[in-house]
Formats: sequence, C-alpha cells, structure tokens
Amino acid sequence: MATLFADAGMNEQPASGTTAPAQPLDQTVSTPAKAAAGQERTNPGKEPSPLVAKARAAGKAVLAPLLGIAIFLCIWAALAPQVNTSLGALPGPVEVAEQGVALVEEWSAAKQAESQFYAEQDARNQAAIAAGNPGAVQEFDYAGPPTFLDQIVTSLETVALGFVLATLVAVPIGLLAGLSPGFNAAINPLVQIMKPVSPLAWLPIVTMVISAMITSADPLLPKAFVISALVVMLCSLWPTLINTAVGTSSIDKDLLNVGRVLKLGFFAKLTKLVLPASLPYIFTGMRLSLGVGWMVLIAAEMLAQNPGLGKFVWDEFQNGSSQSLARIMFAVIVIGLIGFLLDRAMMALQSLASKNHTI
Amino acid sequence: MNKLGGFRFDRRGMVAAMLASVALAACGSKPDQGGEKVAAAVVDGQVEKPNLKLGFIKLTDMAPLAIAKEKGFFAEEGLNVTLEPQANWKVLLDGVIGGQLDGAHMLAGQPLAATIGYGTKADLIAPLSLDLNGNAITLSNRVWQDIKPTLPTEGGKITHPISASYLKPVVAKFQQQGKPFNMGMVFPVSTHNYELRYWLAAGGLNPGYYTAGDVGGTVDAEVKLSVTPPPQMPATLEAGTIEGYCVGEPWNQAAVQKGIGVPVITDDEIWHDNPEKVFGLRKDFADKNPATTAALLRAIIKAQQWLDADGGKNRAEAVEILSRPNYVGADKAVIAASMTGKFTFEPGDTRDAAGFNIFFDKFAGYPYYSDAVWYLTQMRRWGQIAEDKPDSWYFETAKAVYRPDLYLAAADKLVKDGVIPAASVPDTDGYRGEQGGFIDGITYDGKQPNAYIAKFKIGLKQGQRVTAAGVSGS
Repeated sequence: MATLFADAGMNEQPASGTTAPAQPLDQTVSTPAKAAAGQERTNPGKEPSPLVAKARAAGKAVLAPLLGIAIFLCIWAALAPQVNTSLGALPGPVEVAEQGVALVEEWSAAKQAESQFYAEQDARNQAAIAAGNPGAVQEFDYAGPPTFLDQIVTSLETVALGFVLATLVAVPIGLLAGLSPGFNAAINPLVQIMKPVSPLAWLPIVTMVISAMITSADPLLPKAFVISALVVMLCSLWPTLINTAVGTSSIDKDLLNVGRVLKLGFFAKLTKLVLPASLPYIFTGMRLSLGVGWMVLIAAEMLAQNPGLGKFVWDEFQNGSSQSLARIMFAVIVIGLIGFLLDRAMMALQSLASKNHTI
Repeated sequence: MNKLGGFRFDRRGMVAAMLASVALAACGSKPDQGGEKVAAAVVDGQVEKPNLKLGFIKLTDMAPLAIAKEKGFFAEEGLNVTLEPQANWKVLLDGVIGGQLDGAHMLAGQPLAATIGYGTKADLIAPLSLDLNGNAITLSNRVWQDIKPTLPTEGGKITHPISASYLKPVVAKFQQQGKPFNMGMVFPVSTHNYELRYWLAAGGLNPGYYTAGDVGGTVDAEVKLSVTPPPQMPATLEAGTIEGYCVGEPWNQAAVQKGIGVPVITDDEIWHDNPEKVFGLRKDFADKNPATTAALLRAIIKAQQWLDADGGKNRAEAVEILSRPNYVGADKAVIAASMTGKFTFEPGDTRDAAGFNIFFDKFAGYPYYSDAVWYLTQMRRWGQIAEDKPDSWYFETAKAVYRPDLYLAAADKLVKDGVIPAASVPDTDGYRGEQGGFIDGITYDGKQPNAYIAKFKIGLKQGQRVTAAGVSGS
C-alpha cells in the first residue's frame, strides 16, 4: 500500500476531507477497516442498562442535532440583518423560507401553465383535424422557463451521468493499477498531476472539444449537459481510481497464493478474488467521487450555463432583485441537502458491499 | 440557386430564385454606392424549424423577445420558442456559433466582429435591430463628489450633457497617486465600449488602443477600460475595482437605487438615437431556414410595435413581464425607472427621457448598413481593425452582416396583412444619410467611412498601427 501512488497521504487526503463533517453526526467511517471497528463498538451486550442507553442514544441522535440547528438558526437570524449589501440586508431564515415557498408556488404555477398549454394545443389540433386540415397539427413541447424543481432534476441527471462515466473509467484503470505495479508506476505521475485540477480549468477545454465533436444540429443530449457531465467525470474519477488501486493491491497475499495453487485464469482471479476483495474499497472511492462530483457540478453549471442548480444560482445573482439573495440561500440549503442524501445513499450501498464480502 | 435559398424547386421557387439572383447581381455591380432601395428577400413556404431556443442577456432591451414570447407573437407565427438567459456576451456568442442557440439578443458589434474574424470567426448576420438608445454611463459616488462642484448649472440643475472633460482633474489626481483610473464596459465589441470611448475621447481623455490580437485595449490609455458582464457592474463598482461604467438598463438605475453610483450621461446624449442591440443568428441557419427566420422576425417586429404602441401605454405591463426572475429579474421599480419615459441621474434629479428606449418608432428595427459601417469605423478608430481598409471594404462587410432584405421580407408581409403601418418601414438604400447628434458635433456619413475616421482628434489615423510600445506610423 505504501508503494502505491508513491505517497501514502494521497489516498487518505480525500477520505479524511470528505468524511470529516459526517463523523460528528453518526460516527460513520469510510474505510472498511474502520467500519469493522465501528461494528464492534455498537455491540449491545456491553451496555449495562439497555433502556437508559437507548434513551441516551436517542437524545444524542435527535436532540443534539436539533439543538445545533436551532442555535445556528438563531445566530443566523440575529446576525443576517446586520450585514447590509447593495441588495438590502442579508436575508434571515424567515425570508429564505418564504422564498422557498415562493419557488414551490412558481413550480405549481408553471405546471398549470404547462397543462394549459397542452390543453390548448390539443384543442387547436382537434379543431384542425375536424376542419380537415391535418397539416396544421402541432406537437410542440412546452417551452416555458425551467422552474427550481426542473433545475434540481437536471442537476441530478448531470451528476448521475458524470458519476457513471467516472466509475466506468476509474474502476478498470484502478484494478489494472492495483494488479500491475508497472502500470501503476506509469500512470502515477499523470494521476498526481490531474487530480488537483479545478473544474474551472477543465471547462474551457471540455467546452471546445465537445463543441467540435458534437456537430449535429439536433444532438441526442444538449451540448451544455454533456460538457457539465464530462467536467464532473474528470474531477470525480480520481478518488474511485485511487481507492480501487489501493484495494486491489492490498489483497491478502495468501488469497493470491491460493489462486495460484488452483491455477485460476486471469478472469477467474479477477472475478473470484480481486473484485470481491476490493469491492469495499471501490465503493468507498465511489462515495467520495460522488461527493466531489456534486460539488464540482454546481461550479460547472454556473460556467457552462447548463440548466441546473448552478445556473439557477448564477441567474439569481444576475437578477440582483431584492429577493435574489434569499433565493440563492434557499438553493444553497437545497444543494447541501441533496449532497447529504446522495452521500447517505452511497453509504448504504457501501455498507451493503462491505457486508456481503467481509475479508 | 435552389440550394442557396432553400426554396422548393417549383415555379414560385424559380421566380424567387430569379429575383434573388437579380438582387444579388445588383449588389455585385454596385457594392459601394447602394443608391437603390434595398429589395426584400423572397420567402415562401412552411416554418422549417418550429422549436427554437434563443439566448439573451438580462438587460431591458431584450424586451422584444420576452414580449414576443409572453404576448403570444411567436406562437402566432407557429413558433415554439424557449428563451434562455446567458451568463455573459462571450457565452452567448459561443452558444449561437456552436448551435446551442438558434439566435440571440446581440451586441451590434458581435455579428460584425465574428464575420471579420475579430475574436471567434463565424458567419453571423443581423437581420433586425432591436432598439435605439438604452445605455448610460455611471460614475462612482466618490468621483461624482469630486466633479460635481465643477459642473455648470442651469436654474439649480446641472446642465446636460456632461462632458468627460470634467473628469480630467480626477484622472490627473489618480495618475499623480500612481493609480490607474479604471472604467467598465461589457464586451470589447460592445456598443458600450464604443460609446464610453466616444464620450471620453470627446472630452479629451484617451481610452487606449487595441494592439493586434489583444482584447485589453489599453495602449496609451489615460482611462483603462475593462470587461465586466452587465449584471455584475454595480457589484464591481461597489467593490472599487472600477470608478465608472457604461452599461444598458437596468444596471444604471440599479446603481442609483442602491446608492452606489450616479449616472451622468445617457447614450442618447452621446449620439442621438443611436442604434443598439440587434437580433443575431448564424448565416447558415437563415439560409437553411428562410421561412423560420421570417417568422421569427415578424414576431419580434410585432413585439417591438407592441412596446412602443400609443405613446408607451404597454410599458407598465412590459415592466411587469421583464421583472420576472426568468427574464431580467430586477425589481420592478428599477426596471420601470428607465422603461417608462423617465431617467434618474442623481437621486432627486429625474428627467424626461422619452427616447431612452425606442423599439419600433423612428424605424428602430431596420438594420441600416450605415449603422454597421459606424461600428466598423469605431473598430478601426481604436485599433481592433489593425490596418486601414478601403471604403468598399466597409460597405461589403456591412452588406454581408446587416440584412435589411430579410427584415423587409418580414415587414412587408406584416404591412400587407395590415399588422403594421406602411409608414413604419423606411424607403431607403440602407444608408441613413449624413447624421448629426453627436456630443462632439462631428457629423457622420455612412458612405464615407475613411473620411469620417480622419475627423477624430483622438483615434488612429490613416496608416497608423498599434504595438505594445504605442501608436506608430503617420
């Protein structure tokens, strides 16, 4: 493990960076080794009185976070009006909540406008058919402005595409790097250099390449969407790649020796030994990747002007109306919540993977 | 011929093709003089591409697009249009060139610069002008406090227009302290850049020249100009990065309302009734989709008429539409401050500005060749066009980009259908004739671009070139 990617700190850097905020919440740890230790600690047999312990745990799990949030909201509400921007005082929690409601109302109004549009179009089409003029039939999609919820969906789609692409690229390369020290040495410098590059630096390059490659007038996927997804991929594939390589290279040598004795072929070795053994590492890497991808996505959308939450934030900043700041803050909270939920979903997958393949 | 216009090859198509070739031949034989009325392109057939996406920047002069959408003018023409705000002019231009956008609310200089290859090279055209006027120059509070006591007054009110010469002592003070005097504009080939430069140069301040290939434009500059996207202007001014800016509305009125700056002059006072934004699209799009282009133009012309109808009775509704977050999104009061015939300079100094935004009256929509030539002369004046060009080059470039023939194809049909009055379409060869109304009193004749460039005190002269070391040549 020490020889892998030269510096050991590199593997740990993303791990500690991303999981640190999660730890106070539930003591989750991201590496499989530590996860095993966590299971030991929650062994119920050691507690003296289960009821008291349960109550204490519930207090810790529910009350403490609620208290934390309440204190945060109070400080926010007290301090926000003190800050005077050119768009008025910084909005407090109440204003932000109001804008959240307004955004949902805008969404339902847009839904209504959309169904009205389709109803009118259908009526026109039927009238045209009845009048014996089928050429006048129009099958337009509603072209209204995207609402906040539409933007969330677009963002999720973008990050999903970027993440899937990153995983498809990173896992095979990581497996190869873990299995072959030579290959690992070959790509190590490239990985080291590419890993810290900011999404903002990738964006112009990706934009130009995609613009040159997609020349069709009506492409399958919109260019801006592909651009943001590729930027997400470029920035988020490194944790998966590195973790996969680490996991693969740290397989128990005994296992490999057994494989050698059984004369397993390459693919059998891969599927029976290597993959099962490194799966927990791969999932750890994927979880980190998804976190990075979500963070990168907002920046990419802002710059690429791909519809999504990043564009929503940027458009509101450009609007500069008296509600803009509150709407941006609401978006920030939503971005945070979605990031948290994505992380949770990946964590569930990760523990599932670890459970089935205990090493 | 069939391919050229994209017509179906039936008898009408043949006639159209022949007419078009006659028109082309006429252009070819007399590229520099014009003289004859511009003929309308012949457009026939169904809309080829009904689903369209148009880009815009959050400025009030995108109003014709928002109105065409919200008042159903696009739908009337059988178009299903999505309007998408863009982060800045560069992103918007790349969107149109790259095909993500079918057309856009553009700076007049953008299709010209793209066609002559200054910046990204692409064949863009401007078949319609969106509006006249609509910009202003704003100074930061501290600069305003410095110059205010020196300004002449008339009946207790400061005399307008305010010349940039009153800025000279402030700029000198900055120079003594070794600080640059920075101002913001929105894009290297924007109207705002040329207007700000015009105003500064008319007041005896050199805004700097462009060397070949650079976009800084600060050689020999007394006032350094830099690019900031319109919506960020007030924030940049407030941060102290720039001491003033030239931008479209609502970003001057926003500075007044937020108390961070004072508009000193509108572009109408720099050049009376100057042409502003255009509707720009790719040339190959218009060639491939002539009926779509005509339908788009008809919808926009209807919206322009709606905006200027009956002395501006619809402006209040337009303000409401523009203030929606998916269009301009600024507060209603800020947008209304310039859209409803008034313009506020200093707080408390609100003046009539009936012509601040003209969308339809005074032939605002017609894309005059002479307007294109004016922008080209300013590009040469400040070094964006590195070498001298003959007059004929100016005429040919204008003709390639500005397309009154397409405008007329749309407008003539609207006249025929009784939607717009015949008197709202000019009978012209595309040149406005000799124009006055400039702050420095210099007159402009679009048919004599080189003679016009020679009139400026500050600006490149015949044979001069710009290098990083300065201006050279006689």
